[in-house]
Amino acid sequence: MIDFGFQKAKSSTVNLDNVDMRLYYALAEKEPDIKRCMECGSCTAACTSGPFNGMSLRQVIHGLQRGTDVRQMVSGCMLCGKCSMVCPRGINTRHLLLTISRIYTK
Amino acid sequence: MIYQGKQKIWADYQKEIPDDHWYYVRSCIRQNFFPGSEKMFTKITREDLGLDMYENEHHTTCGGIAYHCDTIPQETVMTIVARQFALMTEAGYENYCCSCITSFGNYIETLESWHEFPELEARIREHLWKSCKREFNKPKYVAHTSDVIYKHRNEIAEKAKFRLVDKNTGEPLRGVEHIGCHYNKMFPSKGVGGAEYPYVLCGMIESWGGQVVDYPERRHCCGYGFRQYHIRANRGYSFANTHKKFESMEPYHPDFILTNCPGCPYFLDRWQYVTAETEGKTYGRNGYGIPVFTYEELASLVLGYDPWDIGLQLHQVAVEPFLDKIGIEYDPDAKYLGVNKKDIGRPSLPEHMVCF
Repeated sequence: MIDFGFQKAKSSTVNLDNVDMRLYYALAEKEPDIKRCMECGSCTAACTSGPFNGMSLRQVIHGLQRGTDVRQMVSGCMLCGKCSMVCPRGINTRHLLLTISRIYTK
Repeated sequence: MIYQGKQKIWADYQKEIPDDHWYYVRSCIRQNFFPGSEKMFTKITREDLGLDMYENEHHTTCGGIAYHCDTIPQETVMTIVARQFALMTEAGYENYCCSCITSFGNYIETLESWHEFPELEARIREHLWKSCKREFNKPKYVAHTSDVIYKHRNEIAEKAKFRLVDKNTGEPLRGVEHIGCHYNKMFPSKGVGGAEYPYVLCGMIESWGGQVVDYPERRHCCGYGFRQYHIRANRGYSFANTHKKFESMEPYHPDFILTNCPGCPYFLDRWQYVTAETEGKTYGRNGYGIPVFTYEELASLVLGYDPWDIGLQLHQVAVEPFLDKIGIEYDPDAKYLGVNKKDIGRPSLPEHMVCF
């Protein structure tokens, strides 16, 4: 085999048919506001703990929609509530994070 | 939906293509990738179709490659385009016909920008006058060369010596078509069939006896993408794109791929070699690849031109199985003979793909 100095890039395709969305649907049932999120990232930009422990609510929501485990990231939230003050969609993000934690605890 | 409504919607996907009197400009990279294509285009249009296809040796690059690589400003590109239009005006033509898909997109983008921002056009006219004392009229019509072949596809079919039919079974050959992204994805109304139903290459395959095969990633980019390829570290993205297309078309067993862009045939052809040499996989039957043709090459083949005169020896994937299927005769020993039977040298052959 010849080494051309580059390799085929890994596919970033997301096959939604294979994504486990159960957690997201369970969350959406309890917190219908999550459907209003447009993933603008204002919450992440305002987050106090993000720069220290990688917490990003935008990534948490995106991860739930992709069926990935976001427990570690959620545990970094200090529940200061700054994110709920900047959300352009008026989502109670602090409550949303508490609900996510409760779902994981169950 | 009522019939008149359908007709109205479909009208948006139609393209008016003038009959004759073209000012022809070549592509920068096609000259190197598949030089036979442009030569055959001028030969077919002038000699077989009897068209007025004027060419001027003073034309230059359209600036498209540099533009899409983000290395020159758009106003510079527009001034280059304005100079091309000035050459056309000086030659007395109004229909502009370019060989390159990126040039086509570039010319349309420039004209649309001038239409939306007339002050920009005025500034470019000033730049052109200051730089080379030229003035120009905007072309009445801009076409890609595949539009011209598409327009005359039935005439070519009438003069054809071969049809895209398997001579042993009588079945039409299965072709997949790949349209260059800058042909109809930037300004859909400027391409035959728009972005949703591009028909420019399908029309040729069907007119010349073949069958068009659909597959899931049919409209996916070939992977060229300029910066993805020009920067070596990014070539994996280019390769991955092409790989995705081939994996998608493989189950449909196409006999050939038809393209209308300078980059697409090159990358669909050469990446098959890279796939074979890095993964040991080939997409054709019996260890061969799937031959990739430009529309000029396919037109030349059905018209009965010698495969080696149209430059098919410059393809990485062997074209001989395709020629055998149709029944086109060729001299295997003449494959690497150039003008006056001069030996042009033989390339080293790949290890994991059958080539000659």
